[in-house]
Amino acid sequence: MINLLSRKATCNSHGQDSSYFLGWQEYEKNPYDEIKNPNGIIQMGLAENQLSFDLLESWLENNPDVAGFKRNGQSIFRELALFQDYHGLPDFKKALAEFMSQIRDNKVSFNPAKLVLAAGATSANEILMFCLAEPGDAFLLPTPYYPGFDRDLKWRTEVDIVPIHCHSKNNFRITESALEEAYQSAQKQNLRVKGVLVTNPSNPLGTTLTRNEINLLLTFITTKQIHLISDEIYSGTVFSSPDFVSVMEILTEKKYSMNTEVCNRVHIVYSLSKDLGLPGFRVGAIYSNDDVVVAAATKMSSFGLVSSQTQYLLSEMLSDKKFCKYYLSQNQKRLQQQQKMLISGLQAAEISCLKSNAGLFCWVDMSHLLGSKTFDAEIDLWKKIVYDVGLNISPGSSCHCSEPGWFRVCFANMSAATLNIAIQRLKSFVQSTTAVTRNNLTTHQSVKNSRRRSSLTKWVFRLSFDGREPDER
Amino acid sequence: MDFISNNNGHLLSKMATNDGHGEKSPYFDGWKAYDSDPYHSTKNPNGIIQMGLAENELSFDLVQEWVVNNPNASICTAEGANEFKEIAIFQDYHGLPEFRKGVANFMGKVRGDRARFDPDRIVMSGGATGAHEMLTFCLADPGDAFLVPTPYYPGFDRDLRWRTGVQIVPVVCESSNNFKITKEALESAFQGAKESNIRIKGLLITNPSNPLGTVLDRDTLKTLVTFINQKNIHLICDEIYAATVFNQPDFISIAEIIEEEDQRNCNRDLIHIVYSLSKDMGFPGFRIGIVYSYNDAVTNCARKMSSFGLVSTQTQHLIGSLLSDDVFVEKFLVESAERLAKRHEKFTKGLAQVGIGSLKSNAGLFIWMDLRRLLKEPTVDAETVLWKIIIHEVKLNISPGSSFHCSEPGWFRVCFANMDDEAVKIALRRIWNFVLQSSKGVEEHAKRKCRNLQLSLSFRRRDDIVMAPHMMSPHSPIPSPLVRAT
Repeated sequence: MINLLSRKATCNSHGQDSSYFLGWQEYEKNPYDEIKNPNGIIQMGLAENQLSFDLLESWLENNPDVAGFKRNGQSIFRELALFQDYHGLPDFKKALAEFMSQIRDNKVSFNPAKLVLAAGATSANEILMFCLAEPGDAFLLPTPYYPGFDRDLKWRTEVDIVPIHCHSKNNFRITESALEEAYQSAQKQNLRVKGVLVTNPSNPLGTTLTRNEINLLLTFITTKQIHLISDEIYSGTVFSSPDFVSVMEILTEKKYSMNTEVCNRVHIVYSLSKDLGLPGFRVGAIYSNDDVVVAAATKMSSFGLVSSQTQYLLSEMLSDKKFCKYYLSQNQKRLQQQQKMLISGLQAAEISCLKSNAGLFCWVDMSHLLGSKTFDAEIDLWKKIVYDVGLNISPGSSCHCSEPGWFRVCFANMSAATLNIAIQRLKSFVQSTTAVTRNNLTTHQSVKNSRRRSSLTKWVFRLSFDGREPDER
Repeated sequence: MDFISNNNGHLLSKMATNDGHGEKSPYFDGWKAYDSDPYHSTKNPNGIIQMGLAENELSFDLVQEWVVNNPNASICTAEGANEFKEIAIFQDYHGLPEFRKGVANFMGKVRGDRARFDPDRIVMSGGATGAHEMLTFCLADPGDAFLVPTPYYPGFDRDLRWRTGVQIVPVVCESSNNFKITKEALESAFQGAKESNIRIKGLLITNPSNPLGTVLDRDTLKTLVTFINQKNIHLICDEIYAATVFNQPDFISIAEIIEEEDQRNCNRDLIHIVYSLSKDMGFPGFRIGIVYSYNDAVTNCARKMSSFGLVSTQTQHLIGSLLSDDVFVEKFLVESAERLAKRHEKFTKGLAQVGIGSLKSNAGLFIWMDLRRLLKEPTVDAETVLWKIIIHEVKLNISPGSSFHCSEPGWFRVCFANMDDEAVKIALRRIWNFVLQSSKGVEEHAKRKCRNLQLSLSFRRRDDIVMAPHMMSPHSPIPSPLVRAT
């Protein structure tokens, strides 16, 4: 049987055996519900923005035409049902390009003709790999990074990822030496490096790249003559300073604006899944200054176009500039509020996190709760938090973090009330763990002697599964 | 490593810069010509009429009516907005249960309830385009090949090969037996591949056929099932035109064949269906592709890969409601088939009036037109010359058989379901004028050749000229087994 299928079908490169996805499965089996299942697992592993749907719903109420496939009272159902041009609905691309500008305070303008639509950022990232790299080539990615990249960038493309190691001692900032080290490491493995991919704002860190980091990256790709992909899908979630600086903004500066070669090697990935909270609609985009990339990516988008029905709805919504401005600012306020709540709750439990100004999550430091500074201990702690504490959070190892003890904790996919409950649970857990520690001679033994030991052995840790594996970031 | 800095081509992949996307094919040249001078009944009545696009535009009114009467199928209406949030955040690649149920239900109805489909095997993809690529990634490694009977849909060259690195080995079918797929042709193609050290992983058939518009008969289907079982290769059945069957014989799906008594020994792990709503319902813009595999491992793998081309949940929600409405579905299927039948008849009769024949067909959104006798010589070059004349002078974008890898020059695919009645009339008139003029020209040419005592035309050909349309009565029988009698 195995020989009947392709290697891609039978290997593990889809990445779904990762703990990242396992926590999901546990959540699905026992999901928290305020009334029906108050002791269930709270989902904090899902980077979704559910704080501002009321704003979208009220927009819909005020725009009834869009609902019935109408434009100016005339039905355009037929037109939409037939529209399959991979160049995309012109009105939609225009609105999307302008929305992207709006997010960047209009410091950059985007040309709709250089925008390519794809079925989510998942598809957009894969398309860029197919366009920029051969099987066996590699891209450098700063760690920690979104676990889905292992599938999106590597699976069907056969491209490799070589990590650029970032460390907590300098707040996980990208350094010149880390870049160089990664490049050398790739060379030693006989991998040809085709580019660097960064996520800005970062998932899972929730921080925006500094101007210094962006300049470092541009210098690096100029010297090595490779590509830079900037995944900016969280750009609309920046809720406090410093301001978001897009790589496109730096390219408009004197140093680079006349350097076509470098400009042509910088590509942006965007999506409406995080900024607008619409992951189900599968709206992704690639923006590139290189016409050949735009042309090739456009053709490849045939394999995952955006539904015309959805393009139409969103072209109307995003063309409403007033609404967009209001939405973006309201949404950012709500995110900030929720983030502050989580941070202070964590602080009360003596847990610190990386100072962040964006994203839908916090990068939390629980290394002091580890039995030992190892990834095994991290997984042990993670299991406790999922099963005992009832919180699905994502262990740093699933994000390829080089230091054990860090966890990504999402806060934007739940109400304030639920967030509160999550915080209380964590607090109790930490207090009881600390109490047990104090009652023992060594920290090392506290875990072993904890009453939780018997409950731990109940759960069998399955490495692969065939259940409902949601596709998320 | 050093790269030539001023040549961006070296910085990009081969895939980004080669022709694997297949758009250099003449199939697309006609599109481009059309785009630069598109026919419009009032704004551009002399423009090119698009007959190269296999789209079903005959039954939108039925769907539109349903949409208006079912406001809660849309998450944007007052009636449906309460589901907006749930739908907008749902990104599970299993797809909305209602969507899968609706599609499975529809697929069964299309096959007259002679086959039943399990909603849990329904896997989404970005249109049939995405479905084919996805299946190829699941079933074959770079360098492997699929057998595909000719003539076949030009898009397969891109869908099966471009990013996958997989090859296509044609199974040549000929007009002498109405392009039937024969065991001999299959074996010949398979052996040929083996001799070239190409590993065949499967056979892809389109049933009903694009571009032929015919359905496979039971014997052929069984021959195919036997063949793939013997060779232990996959069988992919592209059934995207299943609901466009408008005349006898009935459509027989592979889903029915494998349930039959004598197929108990068929290895179901080799059977996969590709489906879509782009042709049957006329929704190419909504990008609804389906992979339905009887192989669990393939279903699981395809489901993970579907992440790269999920159907928008907004669309899933609408379609799930639409296709679960049995009253609507039954009405639509009957009405749509009737309208296709009428249009097909009008068109083929119109062509026959000027002695143009086509392959006898009972399905699809097009006919496989026979213009062999209008070729200066039976070559691809002559076909291309004729095609260019048809586009630029006759102003009809039709698709030349060579773009479908047809082994015999002179055949053209002509779509008829993507225009209104007026445009059909105009298209027929233009064809009539062209044929009458060409026949005159051919006659002149023949006379000259006679004078030069270089009569290279076959006796049969001479007959055709002598029986030039302007001399024939519209009701004369046309001397070819492939042409529909008027």
